[in-house]
Amino acid sequence: MSIECRFNIVRTDFVLDVDLMIPLTGVTAIFGPSGSGKTTFLRALAGLENNKGYLKVGDTIWQDEKYFLPTHQRSIGYVFQEASLFEHLNVKDNIEYGFKRAIESDQSVMHRAIILLQIEHLLGRRTDELSGGERQRVAIARALSLSPKMLLMDEPMASLDEKHKKEILPFLENLHAELDIPMIYVTHSIDEVAHLADQLILLDEGKVVGNGKISEMLTRLDLSLSHGERASSIIEAKVLEHDEHYNLTTIDFSGGQLFVPRKQLPVGCDVRLRVEARDVSLTAERQTQTSILNILPVIVDEISDESDAQVIVRLKAGDDLLLSCVTKKSAELLQLQKGKEIYAQIKSVALL
Amino acid sequence: MLNEFDLAALIVTLKLASISTLILLIIGTPLAWWLANSKWKLKPLLEALIALPLILPPTVLGFYLLISLGPHGAVGGAMQWLGAQPLAFTFAGLVIGSVIYSMPFVVQPLQNAFVAIGTRPMEVAATLRATPMDRFFTVAVPLARTGFVTAAVLGFAHTVGEFGVVLMIGGNIPGETQVLSIAIYDHVEALEYGNAHILAGGLLLVSFIMLVVVYSLNRHFSLLQRSSR
Repeated sequence: MSIECRFNIVRTDFVLDVDLMIPLTGVTAIFGPSGSGKTTFLRALAGLENNKGYLKVGDTIWQDEKYFLPTHQRSIGYVFQEASLFEHLNVKDNIEYGFKRAIESDQSVMHRAIILLQIEHLLGRRTDELSGGERQRVAIARALSLSPKMLLMDEPMASLDEKHKKEILPFLENLHAELDIPMIYVTHSIDEVAHLADQLILLDEGKVVGNGKISEMLTRLDLSLSHGERASSIIEAKVLEHDEHYNLTTIDFSGGQLFVPRKQLPVGCDVRLRVEARDVSLTAERQTQTSILNILPVIVDEISDESDAQVIVRLKAGDDLLLSCVTKKSAELLQLQKGKEIYAQIKSVALL
Repeated sequence: MLNEFDLAALIVTLKLASISTLILLIIGTPLAWWLANSKWKLKPLLEALIALPLILPPTVLGFYLLISLGPHGAVGGAMQWLGAQPLAFTFAGLVIGSVIYSMPFVVQPLQNAFVAIGTRPMEVAATLRATPMDRFFTVAVPLARTGFVTAAVLGFAHTVGEFGVVLMIGGNIPGETQVLSIAIYDHVEALEYGNAHILAGGLLLVSFIMLVVVYSLNRHFSLLQRSSR
């Protein structure tokens, strides 16, 4: 199942021209700088832009040359950048507004949304008695209560301060883990992408510059995401075992095993790791006398200039990909080239 | 106190203002909604036409209404051709005059209220599966409620206070088309200042109270809006 869309939206100061296939599973992040057309694209999916184009969701055509399915008949949940709660209704009535009109309403879904977002105690409140984070949680629950086929989110955290962002993020990760509903998530924050996204669509000036799996997109050296301070790779892994003596947790992925300070996670549970390019160094021989625990055999896949003095190297560790930022001098010394077998020393791994 | 003619004038006035306000809300709501959302190029033309009674001497409006509603006018002639009575010097004629005369006092507060809501709540309602009609009644109308109260009070009060239009097309028939403002004029002409005082003072007081209601509602509304930001 997937979404097939072709939009050509011309505004006075801006043109959005996209032709995309989006899988109807997991979280797809639409990422790009402001003004790149992310929000316009999401609004077009919802039928909120009065635009020409083609849109097919699963087997159903939502829009073509002759036909336009109006927003209220599209099975979507939409979360706007500002919570946009109805101020003439209290929290409960806001949530029930959509539920009562849902195409396939399911009381258990509404209750689950209320519990998942922990807003039971807010149901009787007026909307102006809520904090920014609470408002956005109510808005997300309101959208979920429709039992939609997909959830569209337009930078749901952009209008929140850091404290409230930290409050919302776990809920969004929960949605990702608990609900079997595809999410299309517009953001300009690479941290949110790293936490949430399975697929990534990169937009710039109204055009798609990349579309694919998050781990591939973050490590494609021809795209901007693999360069700069925060360049990093994402690895899906599993908790293998806990070392009680040294208080370490062993994590297993296709490229080998990694040790991290002990986490309270059950053995066998899925985890997502983020490894920053600046934390990965390269060595020709496996070092034994070193404080670095995480050393993996890798194969050089691609090399690209980062600055006058540095290169960024993409490495294959099993089926997963890593980035490493090293000096040009080191690259020459190690005779780095595609296909070369080498060792990556990983100084730090973040569990997301 | 009130003599029987004054009482009849009071009843005619209240009846006229109530019926006119009701008609104005029914016509004015879709009109204001359309004005608030339309991007039509010629919209200012229509807005100016609706606002005309704000600045036009009521006698000018009354004069043209009298001509068109009379037996030789466009509307009156058509009525006569259909076998009905011409509308000049009838209560129905007064209602038509009042609706036109008080139109801006109803349409403008509604239009402002609809513009203030913006497009976002309506978009949200659409994503929550509400049809256009559904979202108008469940979102736009409740959010514009102070606009509706303002429009109704101003439309009613302005109709109660009209004089020139009524004088021109009503003909001052007691119990039929004689309203309070004209009754006051008649009392003053007859030097019955006592009777004039009762009616004039009463109108003054009622009008003042109605405006206090409108202004305090609007203040309450804007305060609420600020605190929710």
